[in-house]
Amino acid sequence: MRESTIMKIHYGTALAAVALVAVHILMRMTMNFADSLEYETVLANYKFIPYAIMLELILVLLSIHGFNGLRVILLELKQGRTYEKAVSYGCLAAMFALIAYGSRTIIMTNMGMV
Amino acid sequence: MAQVSDVADNQSSQTKTLRIARYNPEKNSEKQFMEFSVPVEKWTTVLETILNVKQHQDHSVGVRYSCRQATCGSCGMIINGKPRLACFTKVSELDSDVVTVEPMNNFPIIRDLAVKFERLFDTHHKIKPYLDRDDTELESDAKEFLQSPEELEQYIQFANCIKCGLCNSACPTMATDSSFVGPQALAQAYRYVADSRDKGKDSRLKIIDESHGIWRCHFAGSCSQVCPKGVDPAMGIQLLRGYMLGFRS
Ligand code: HEM
Ligand code: SF4
Ligand code: FES
Repeated sequence: MRESTIMKIHYGTALAAVALVAVHILMRMTMNFADSLEYETVLANYKFIPYAIMLELILVLLSIHGFNGLRVILLELKQGRTYEKAVSYGCLAAMFALIAYGSRTIIMTNMGMV
Repeated sequence: MAQVSDVADNQSSQTKTLRIARYNPEKNSEKQFMEFSVPVEKWTTVLETILNVKQHQDHSVGVRYSCRQATCGSCGMIINGKPRLACFTKVSELDSDVVTVEPMNNFPIIRDLAVKFERLFDTHHKIKPYLDRDDTELESDAKEFLQSPEELEQYIQFANCIKCGLCNSACPTMATDSSFVGPQALAQAYRYVADSRDKGKDSRLKIIDESHGIWRCHFAGSCSQVCPKGVDPAMGIQLLRGYMLGFRS
């Protein structure tokens, strides 16, 4: 992929994340912080489909943004063909792994599997 | 007459300490500083103090210079911690009794204050620093390529670059990314892309759109702070990004 395309995605995911995280924070302000983290509340949040979709979106956006950011940092730290290939594919793999793991939690809870 | 001698008295010579970083990669394992006392007038430049040392105290000091008037771009070095041109920096403006000169950062050292410019020349060459178009004035009926003052305004500031490398020396990305194209070449990429006579925009933008290209600039802005010619590489980089993100055409 062209570097400019990757960076457009990087900036786009950051902007979208600002909007969605703002909604996320507003939703959390409907109750005090400790209650927010109660087991039952967390389950209820995941079962509320629109909110669960939004959380999933934040997960995807920030995973893309964060792991691309990590790729950039690592590319600037050290150079070399093999190293750079390993960094790019490694970050991509880690990104998919994190998205898969996070999605698994959201989907399992949503489907009443916990 | 009395007035004239007053002026002369005010400007009489002072003595300052010049600390020169000495390093020969073939012989030394690390940089060492040597101190020299040098006479300084109000108008004495750092380059003149170094040449004074070479002439009267130690001729072996390695330094590169040529024009002595901020035109050739040869005498870039770190002076009291900041990348500057030695011929364009007066000792009096440093406001210090000790003047420390070191080779530029982010350049391999040849000896003492002289550094290798290969990387700068390579990256500069890579962005095609010339007007790129098929029809040239070599064709029989070709005329000069007219340009309005407004069109000239778009890039003229960037055409002042003397390739001194101070911006590359100040850039934090240059310090760790050995493949980064660097602020000097990026500013020149903008200089040609923004020139109404040039037709090489697409190919030039493609050259800098790679993993160690323009996107590795993180807006530190050090390049523009140190440029002795008023070029603003950081702004050139942002303007180039404007083309790439679709804000400019
Ligand atoms: C939602 C608010 C956020 C915004 C507006 C934002 C914006 C940005 C921007 C503009 C850059 C590019 C900086 C540059 O090129 O110098 C960047 C880089 C980066 N971001 Fe974010 N970001 C946000 C959140 C996050 C989060 C939550 C993470 C961690 C998961 C993250 C990780 C990174 C990393 C690792 C980099 C690379 C470092 C760098 O290039 O300086 N960002 N971010
Ligand atoms: S942009 Fe300025 S600092 Fe950089 S090489 Fe050109 S003249 Fe020197
Ligand atoms: S000697 Fe030419 S720029 Fe300083």
